[in-house]
Amino acid sequence: MAFAARAPAPSHREERAHPHKSRLGINRLGLWLFLLSDSVFFGVLLSTRYYLQGVRTPEEVSQPLGLVLTSVLLLSSLTAYRAETSAVHGNQAGFRRNTLFTILLGALFIVGVGVEWALAFSHFPPDTGYGTVLFTTTGIHAFHVVTGLIALAVVFRLGKDGRYSKGNFWPAEGVVKYWHFVDVAWVFIYPTLYLVG
Amino acid sequence: MAFLPLIKAVLFAAIGFAVGAGATTGLRNLLGMEPWSTEPVVTMGYVFALIGWLLGVGLWDAWAREWFGKQPKEPLHEGWARFLRFSTDHKVIGVQYLVTMVVIMLLAGALSLLMRVELAAPGQTIMGASDFNTTMSLHGIMMIAVAVATVMGGFANFFVPLMIGAEDVAFPRINAMSYWIVPPVAVLLLATPLMGGFDTGWTAYPPLSVLNASGQLLFLLAFLTFGVSSILGGLNFLATIIMLRAPGMSWGRLPIFVWSIFSAALISLTATQSVALGLLTVILDRVAGTSFYNAAEGGNALLYEHVFWFYSHPAVYIMILPAFGIALEMLTHFSRKPLFAYKWVVASLLTVVGLSYIVWAHHLFTSGMGDYLHLPFMVTTELISIPTGMVFLSGLGTIWQGRLWLKTPMLFALGFLMNFVIGGVTGIFLADVPTDINLQDTYFVVAHFHYTIMGGEIFAILGALYYWFPKMSGRSYNEALGVVHFWWLFLSYNVTFISMFWVGILGMPRRVADYPANMADANLFVTVASFVLGASFLVFAGNLLYSWIKGPVASANPWKARTLEWQTSSPPPLENFPSEPTVVGSPYGYGVAGSVHARLAPAGGSKEQDGQS
Repeated sequence: MAFAARAPAPSHREERAHPHKSRLGINRLGLWLFLLSDSVFFGVLLSTRYYLQGVRTPEEVSQPLGLVLTSVLLLSSLTAYRAETSAVHGNQAGFRRNTLFTILLGALFIVGVGVEWALAFSHFPPDTGYGTVLFTTTGIHAFHVVTGLIALAVVFRLGKDGRYSKGNFWPAEGVVKYWHFVDVAWVFIYPTLYLVG
Repeated sequence: MAFLPLIKAVLFAAIGFAVGAGATTGLRNLLGMEPWSTEPVVTMGYVFALIGWLLGVGLWDAWAREWFGKQPKEPLHEGWARFLRFSTDHKVIGVQYLVTMVVIMLLAGALSLLMRVELAAPGQTIMGASDFNTTMSLHGIMMIAVAVATVMGGFANFFVPLMIGAEDVAFPRINAMSYWIVPPVAVLLLATPLMGGFDTGWTAYPPLSVLNASGQLLFLLAFLTFGVSSILGGLNFLATIIMLRAPGMSWGRLPIFVWSIFSAALISLTATQSVALGLLTVILDRVAGTSFYNAAEGGNALLYEHVFWFYSHPAVYIMILPAFGIALEMLTHFSRKPLFAYKWVVASLLTVVGLSYIVWAHHLFTSGMGDYLHLPFMVTTELISIPTGMVFLSGLGTIWQGRLWLKTPMLFALGFLMNFVIGGVTGIFLADVPTDINLQDTYFVVAHFHYTIMGGEIFAILGALYYWFPKMSGRSYNEALGVVHFWWLFLSYNVTFISMFWVGILGMPRRVADYPANMADANLFVTVASFVLGASFLVFAGNLLYSWIKGPVASANPWKARTLEWQTSSPPPLENFPSEPTVVGSPYGYGVAGSVHARLAPAGGSKEQDGQS
């Protein structure tokens, strides 16, 4: 599903279908519609926490870990932004470097979620009230991060031949926009799971 | 070899299942759990099988090759074999959806007749309570799929690009994917009886849906998958209508059918995510041992009811808004008059979209949710009758003093008006808390719902099948048989479902295989009437099947209609129009002096010449 809204290069038929309409504009609208749709999913997901658990947050939740996870992910949005800008300006080396940084930071985040899960298993396993909310929310978010990582890997691989330039950067832009979305989702998840109460 | 892509898809799906199931068993073993556990293994196996199926059927060739720097392959665009594979042509996808959905509709209709046989007399007649529950649940979810996807997948695909003068939808490959997600859904649903069936109805309320047989899991996976298809479809139509309108096709000149699809697509895109989460939480409770619905650990079954209806009430507008669009199209073309109060209809459609998000809890009046929620949800629900009433008045204003051309599609459109008003008026009793508390979960609800969706939407769909049949197939259906089908269905339909209000007021509970003896006569009457109703579909299926193969060749515009889909050949060529049309006026200017909807270059004219003329 995550791949749905961003086809790297339009096929011949797609180009032929709309001779005078901007393919870039259509792709951008498609991605924004997808993000709108997905934010409803996250919105309902976050509301389950308040419906079932109110604002109760167990004391065992690791605050330092939450802060580190948030910082890593926010930092990755910065490198992702630099990767996109490099692609738009045809700066191949900058694109590769920044995409790689983003992938590494994203992978570090996934490792952090692994640590979080290991800690959570001892304090509030998935069959407890808070565990249900924590594992489901972080799990669904981590799934989004992993799909973003796969998409970043695809554009990294495609960008190795130096294909991104002023006129052809949509795949990089699309993936980076999706990556920002996943980060913004975390910005809502972090206070919901760690800070309220 | 025409079936090669399907064989490849099944093979890839089998490999995917093996990979998913194998990985799950291995992982469980590594984590020190019992390696085999049916539901987790089936779930992961299915996820990978679905990916395998999509890749095998054409996603790999037409799309995924790009992710590895290769050139994608152009799908086949000729011959009947294109209907059996991954085609990016919106007209092929439209036909694929329509054929699939009509088949599912006939199957689910047969299931309802099985239910009626069981209900013909009190006590057990042909099946046990558990089989009845599965039959009822399958009938429900299959018909829900038909109601959601026949118009949004079938007619919208075929006709929205044509009506706005586009060559295809905004994302042709996502469009193909939305369709090819549907066959696995059908397979899962039909496989539920093999894993013990499911007895929750299509609503799947926990805690029952967490605790019952594994057939429930297949249902949950099927529904979730179908939701993905619905979301992608909605996204595609919004982008298409916003970005691909022909020059001059301003928002005020859009055919009303396109507006209705735009409205329904807004709901598909957003609300469907809510039910996706609801279904996912039930799956997690079953498969991963979470406690969303385990009250002992702080779970709460009401959460599901809220999340479920936050989608499923708006979903009835995904069903009915396009039906409004279809009915108004047919009413204006066959009354030979402009559509009455066009702008008010557009405003009404969008108002319904807005209101649809704030009425869901009227499904929970008897659930035990806070009493303070009763009044606001009663008020918002009743507000909906204002915009729907406006649409109804537009229909009446359109036929008022028109020169009615009573062909089969027009008969169905008039039948729609008649049935829908009964569905709408009886809805008031269910929106009002005092009456709803008495009528909740009786056949009154069944009758009301069927009046809006079957008497309303299905009548519009059947009318549209006749109306657009010449355009889609290039052949004409038999008009006399069409008229026979209409009157047979219209009369038997009303006899069947009016009687259900009666058994409902007697107190007959819905979704239950047995009932007290004092309701026997009424139920037997309904059963007999329902078989007369079912038989009318033989006329329908025979007529359309025969006409599709051997019917007389249809002209480009047999109804002399003004919208763009009729201004190209029947069936339209791959590119839809010889050159892009230019829209200059309203599509509904019947009888208005000098009114022109669009200018089209004659076939064979090159684009440069069009630009100068």
